[in-house]
Amino acid sequence: MGAGHKHRLHYHGHSPVHRTPAHVKLLALVAFMLVVVATPAGWWTFHGVQAVLLLGVVAASRVPPLYLAKRMVVEVPFVVFALLVPFVATGPRTDVLGLSLSEPGLVAAGALLAKGTLGVLASLTLAATTEAPDLLRGLQRLRMPDLLVQIMGFMIRYLDVVTGELGRMTTAMRARGCEPRSPRHWPVLARAMGSLFIRSYERGERVHLAMLSRGYDGSLPS
Amino acid sequence: MSAPTLEVRGLAYAYPDGHQALFGVDLHVHPGERVALLGPNGAGKTTLVLHLNGILAPGRGTVTVSGLPVVRANHKEVRRRVGVVFQDPDDQLFLGTVRQDVAFGPANMGMRGEALERRVMESLDKVGMADFADRPPHHLSFGQRRRVAVATVLAMDPEILVLDEPSSNLDPASRRELADILRSLDVTVLMVTHDLPYALELCPRSVVLSDGVVVADGRTFDVLTDDALMRAHRLELPWGFDPRAIGNLPA
Repeated sequence: MGAGHKHRLHYHGHSPVHRTPAHVKLLALVAFMLVVVATPAGWWTFHGVQAVLLLGVVAASRVPPLYLAKRMVVEVPFVVFALLVPFVATGPRTDVLGLSLSEPGLVAAGALLAKGTLGVLASLTLAATTEAPDLLRGLQRLRMPDLLVQIMGFMIRYLDVVTGELGRMTTAMRARGCEPRSPRHWPVLARAMGSLFIRSYERGERVHLAMLSRGYDGSLPS
Repeated sequence: MSAPTLEVRGLAYAYPDGHQALFGVDLHVHPGERVALLGPNGAGKTTLVLHLNGILAPGRGTVTVSGLPVVRANHKEVRRRVGVVFQDPDDQLFLGTVRQDVAFGPANMGMRGEALERRVMESLDKVGMADFADRPPHHLSFGQRRRVAVATVLAMDPEILVLDEPSSNLDPASRRELADILRSLDVTVLMVTHDLPYALELCPRSVVLSDGVVVADGRTFDVLTDDALMRAHRLELPWGFDPRAIGNLPA
């Protein structure tokens, strides 16, 4: 409907990374993330090796770096948090550019930033090189319980419908002089969210009826 | 006359909250007929539709599809025989691609492999959407989605096609394309609609439901030109539309 006509995370291409089966990519991502998370704070060289590896995969996928960089804004809240840590953490302090910062805080912030950035970039690379339906089939092949795969499938299918509905609701609110961004109108926004929830819930019921009407008995045909 | 494809007798239903929607509805549709079910908002049309494939169970009365009573034990076969196309195609199309969605019904009926694939493509062909088989449904226009929704039901090879407001939200060209498709299908149709010109164009016979009872059942032309009946049940023709001025009505 109002939403864009392609998935905002996927970048169409035919690179070796695109062609790798989804379940292999999923396993690789999970393994990579476990290693990244398990790396002790301060092992900067090791993080460097991980980054080089990841950038190699990005290069092989031929997804433009700018495309990924733009989508990395989701990390911003973590970056803000990481930047605050050296100011509030305790321990021996050191002077950087005239500011007194906590040394353990700096190390913790650095580790948080490194892990966060690696994680976000790796996930975005997976999303950019794998179409959502393939991802679901990959999860199925990895024996993820069928019900969970179904739920994720519905989420992907209806994400655009629900965001489209929210978009139309906020447009209608603006048209009547309410600015959803202004805190003064947050109570209205909260009520809008409530009604969006009810609408989505009712849509869920209608979808279920439509499925029953076509003989749904608890499992989707593969 | 032949045995009715759809037979509803004395159907009454009250929602769990106590609101009674149907007060004894009698309706029969014979093979090959195209019947319009007309009525104002809140007349109970959708409630009636949900009884036809056993989604709602009657409080009193019976529904029979080609001789098969609509009861729990027969739900699977009834839902194959009665194809319901819901008003909002986004409710009906929920899988990743058009092909998967059209295959959903027949696959639930146990169809597999090549036969399933053939059935899917035949159904998409009938609605002129075969070229879109591998597209995600939410990337299609509203009119295309409505046509795919019809295909998802045709794929189950139904004996009767029940359409809930098929022309709603369609632009005039999509509306006409859908009419052409519906006319080209060799299937019995029950069409719930507020779009009276559409009913006149497609359905020789009309049934009027008002306040949970059938108040008229006859030729669409006769119903639409019965001014007293129309006024009494909040049915109105679009401004300037006069059925009497139309020469070639469907037989």
